[in-house]
Amino acid sequence: MQLFKKLTVINFIGLRKLALVISIALLATSFYSLSTQGLNYGIDFSGGTKLELVYEQDVSVLDMRATLASSGYPEAVVQHFGSNRDVLIRIPLSPENSDAKVSDDVIKILAASEVGSGAVRSVEFVGPTFGKELFEKGILALVYALIGVMIYVAFRFEWKFSLGSVVALIHDVIITIGLFSILQLEFTLPVLAALLAVIGYSLNDTIVVFDRIRENFRKLRETDTEETMNVSINQTLPRTILTSLTTLLVLVALYFYGGDALNGFAATLIIGVLIGTYSSIFVASPTVLMLGAKAEDLLVELVEKEGADQPEHPYRP
Amino acid sequence: MNKNPTWKYLVLLLIVAFGVIYATPNLYQAEPGVQIIGLRNAVVDTNTLETAKRVLEGAGLDVKQITLENGKIRARLTSEEAQNTARDVLRDKLDDSFAVAAADLPTTPNWLESLGGAPMYLGLDLRGGVHFLMQVDMVAAEKKANDNYYEDIRKLLREESIRYSGINRQENGAIFLRFKTEELQEQAEAAVTAANPELVATILEDNGSFTMELQLTESAISEIKKAALKKNMLALRNRIDQLGVSEPVIQQQGLDRIVVQLPGVKDPSVAKEILGKTATLQIHLVDEDNAASTVTGRVPTGSKRFYYRDGQPILLKKRILFSGDNIIDASVSIDENGGPAVSITLDSKGANINSDVTGDNIGNRMAVVYVETLGETKTDSKGNARLVTKEIREVITAPVIRDQLGKRFIINGLDGQNEAKDLALLLRAGSLAAPVFIIEERTVGPSLGADNIEKGFTSVLYGFLLVLLFMIVFYRVFGMVASFALVLNLVIIVAVLSLLQATLTLPGVAGMVLTVGMAVDANVLIFERIREELQAGAAPQMSIHRGYDNAFSTIIDANLTTLIAALVLFNFGTGPIQGFAITLSIGIATSMVTAIFVSRILVNLFYGGRRLDSLSI
Repeated sequence: MQLFKKLTVINFIGLRKLALVISIALLATSFYSLSTQGLNYGIDFSGGTKLELVYEQDVSVLDMRATLASSGYPEAVVQHFGSNRDVLIRIPLSPENSDAKVSDDVIKILAASEVGSGAVRSVEFVGPTFGKELFEKGILALVYALIGVMIYVAFRFEWKFSLGSVVALIHDVIITIGLFSILQLEFTLPVLAALLAVIGYSLNDTIVVFDRIRENFRKLRETDTEETMNVSINQTLPRTILTSLTTLLVLVALYFYGGDALNGFAATLIIGVLIGTYSSIFVASPTVLMLGAKAEDLLVELVEKEGADQPEHPYRP
Repeated sequence: MNKNPTWKYLVLLLIVAFGVIYATPNLYQAEPGVQIIGLRNAVVDTNTLETAKRVLEGAGLDVKQITLENGKIRARLTSEEAQNTARDVLRDKLDDSFAVAAADLPTTPNWLESLGGAPMYLGLDLRGGVHFLMQVDMVAAEKKANDNYYEDIRKLLREESIRYSGINRQENGAIFLRFKTEELQEQAEAAVTAANPELVATILEDNGSFTMELQLTESAISEIKKAALKKNMLALRNRIDQLGVSEPVIQQQGLDRIVVQLPGVKDPSVAKEILGKTATLQIHLVDEDNAASTVTGRVPTGSKRFYYRDGQPILLKKRILFSGDNIIDASVSIDENGGPAVSITLDSKGANINSDVTGDNIGNRMAVVYVETLGETKTDSKGNARLVTKEIREVITAPVIRDQLGKRFIINGLDGQNEAKDLALLLRAGSLAAPVFIIEERTVGPSLGADNIEKGFTSVLYGFLLVLLFMIVFYRVFGMVASFALVLNLVIIVAVLSLLQATLTLPGVAGMVLTVGMAVDANVLIFERIREELQAGAAPQMSIHRGYDNAFSTIIDANLTTLIAALVLFNFGTGPIQGFAITLSIGIATSMVTAIFVSRILVNLFYGGRRLDSLSI
């Protein structure tokens, strides 16, 4: 089965002004949401205690909340997850409740109450400064990844391409984080890890297009940069779509079957893959074009490769 | 054209053999068992083995196999229930010097084991257990060291008869000394720095009086911190051994943190209680001469008012005769009235002091003070956390000395059997050099661990099947080739993870799923190139050849950049996230081999060396 019967001839680069408007709108919305409602940080970053308890019979979260509130935890959030037998308790950090003993204390309080403490499914505690530290380290990791990529692409291609790919990546990361803010999805450590994977993925897509541009600069000497980019994006389009599809397939499987723990992770990557696919077509190459890249920028580095003397690619506009 | 040289088949065979051999151990499920190790100087030998056999037989348990290897006894049992019973009876029957832990023992066949095969090492989120990240309170470690110097210097100056007119502690931990004459000051400086080269003396100008400030050098402070961390790790290791946990992980992280992982521990509160405790004993003489001021009145210098647990005061001499640091062994026993007690064995220094002091003070009382540092994290209004420590000192008992004591003695007056047990454990394991507090805890119950394994496995399976189906629909015969490469890729990832014994976590499983989706990318790149060549009118054989050739550098570029992101992730990550980075990196590396090299061999095998009119792509 073939996605397109013959080579597509879509003027992607010609759409760059429209793409620019869309991207700026998305970025502005992301920034707006991030500055007004911010992110819904999970306890990895906000710090605090999270407990999952499993009971043998249905339990009332209202009773449990009341019990905890009267025992020194008025800020405890108690809710069901999954069924009425599964209870999730969150206790934010506060001047009184900021160490690892909170979970033991909560279990003791519940065990002494009518509801009982059930079976402990999981306990997570992140201390006050440690949450901040994890967040800072995470942001730093994103920055390092971007710098690493920039150096690699500058080395393999040229600085305009390097800048173009990094602009696309920053674009992807900001919009993905922005969506997390708009939808108020929980921002956790696995989500941050997924963001780094998004960088890897989106870059992968961009590099494939760039590689083709480099190849076509050599083959299509008569054609101008804009046209060469268009040809390259069109030539790689089936691959771009197919790879995005296979990746999305596994991510959907992960989203539906991977359980709560991987939900946010899968969601981030699904969003990231979609935006990354868009950006590798509509953001990366147009940025490189706007920076004034020309065939000469890349030709100097090129040594005649095997197969370079093959007939010109039959590109029919 | 496109024919395979024989060596390629050999390499393929090797790759497949490698994958299959090292992935196979994962098919053998672990079986329930117990493990016995010796603590401190106790050695597990054939006698212990015989005892263990007898105990297990006595309990009517069906033991599949019991072996003594590398100083460990491992008994394999038939059910989890039997495992629990076995652990309990062994703990009951063996003495304190052995730790018994429930352990899930691998059932890897011998021939695989001899090749170095072992199942993947599962992270706590998959097998269940407790993870703690502990911060060592280095400020306290430094203060404790400074306290010791303060005492040492006073003693030294007294011994050398160098009179000082004032000594006190500065905020920053420095020791401040004042002298009447310059000569005394110089003598003191010489004596102190000769005895303690790690101290620097600074002479201060102070209106005619001669003063000096003593401070630890930077390198000495960093040594103290290192030593504190090391001692804490040792104490934690001892305590964990006492708890009976199989395969615990105790690792240094950074300069002042310790990671503790206890697989299979179901109740984190017990572990937290025992690991974080900084409890020790201090032995003082009772100040019998000033008994009048026990309850009220001025406390004479050299003495201090202490309290019993019930709040009753008692006046003790300030000088600590010896402390928990001098205790080499402690075990639970019962006193003459049948109450809970701890019997203590002292080291030679402690024993000497004990025998001297008790010999000189028959008829007087000696008090055992229980000292515990309670740490609590408090956040201030700015959200900064700090550890607030509070020291509890309680007199447990103050018996009259009837005879000269030596190496061994008994402490009674304890609050029940459990306290005796905990105290004995803590004294045996050694005290922490500095308080620790937990800054991160992740406990995964056994049910969640099993759940995670199942969900992870299901999502890998479904994602995998979807991609296989997709590839076969889109690329037919070439799709089947890619599918085979993908299956092999997954097998090799599992094999490499097993061989490296890298920790597989739930995000690691996600990494595997993601790799499955991305690994086919290389094949998509190649196959799309082949299609382009065909569309351009190239002959089938030529198209295959050019397709592989042209896609090669793109694949390398694309994968290397992803690898950069994965490596950054590995460096920054904590446990589970590192698991993701590891599987992703391994997956990227292996997928290049399978998608380029292996798929080419198969394509050549199908199509190579014959005339073709079309390709099934």
